[in-house]
Amino acid sequence: MASIKIRAKVKNGLTTVKTLMSHPMETGLRKDKKTGEKIPANHITEVTAEHKGNVIMTANWGGAISKNPYLSFKFKGAASGDMIKITWVDNTGKGDSAEAAIK
Amino acid sequence: MNLLRRKFLKTATYIGATTAAIGSGVLLPQRVLGAYNEAAFAAKDVNGALTASMGSDQYTASDAIKLKAPDIAENGAVVPVTVSSTLSNVEAISIIAAANVSPLTSSYQLSPACEAFVSTRIKMGKTADVVAVVKADGKLYSASKEVKVTIGGCGG
Repeated sequence: MASIKIRAKVKNGLTTVKTLMSHPMETGLRKDKKTGEKIPANHITEVTAEHKGNVIMTANWGGAISKNPYLSFKFKGAASGDMIKITWVDNTGKGDSAEAAIK
Repeated sequence: MNLLRRKFLKTATYIGATTAAIGSGVLLPQRVLGAYNEAAFAAKDVNGALTASMGSDQYTASDAIKLKAPDIAENGAVVPVTVSSTLSNVEAISIIAAANVSPLTSSYQLSPACEAFVSTRIKMGKTADVVAVVKADGKLYSASKEVKVTIGGCGG
């Protein structure tokens, strides 16, 4: 399941990574308008970014990140052609990861 | 007028119900592996969230942090926020929406290779200050900006 899109570009030694994940990001506070029942929380809790086996960044997310989350960050020390790996885990235990080459 | 009242009542019941549920332990989020900081996201006020996520609620405002967010967010469900900083040795960044039910939206642990830069999109329940808290050299610095929300993005 390709739920993660990654764009990474290196310029002057600085790599900018942009990712889009597809996820409903339910807070657990919303109610179903028809039944009045609460929609259970279902949101990404942790996103990790790895480069050459090293964790560059870990993000902890609550339910207050928008649906189909976007995340961008920058780091040093990567070269064009290196792989960057993004992994997410949600509060129901599901997860996904994807790899992309840095341009 | 009527609409406003309905909205108020709805919000009031929400808050009441959630607080009660958490008190009785029914609504506690499921345990997850790793370093996920549940307490920080369960905290109901800014100071509690900060203490749990960053280890302290003492922070000083700093010009070295740039917080980019819209003045007016037409849709509270998608508020683009970018935090960057010229501070050195930045270890972590937290983004807080002060009026949300759980103010902490997200926190980021940065490795030394990382630039002090994070950009994402958050949800906001209503008009409030967005606060970026940056941990550098073990100290907390902040920058904040008020974002007006015309349609809330949390609940209802």
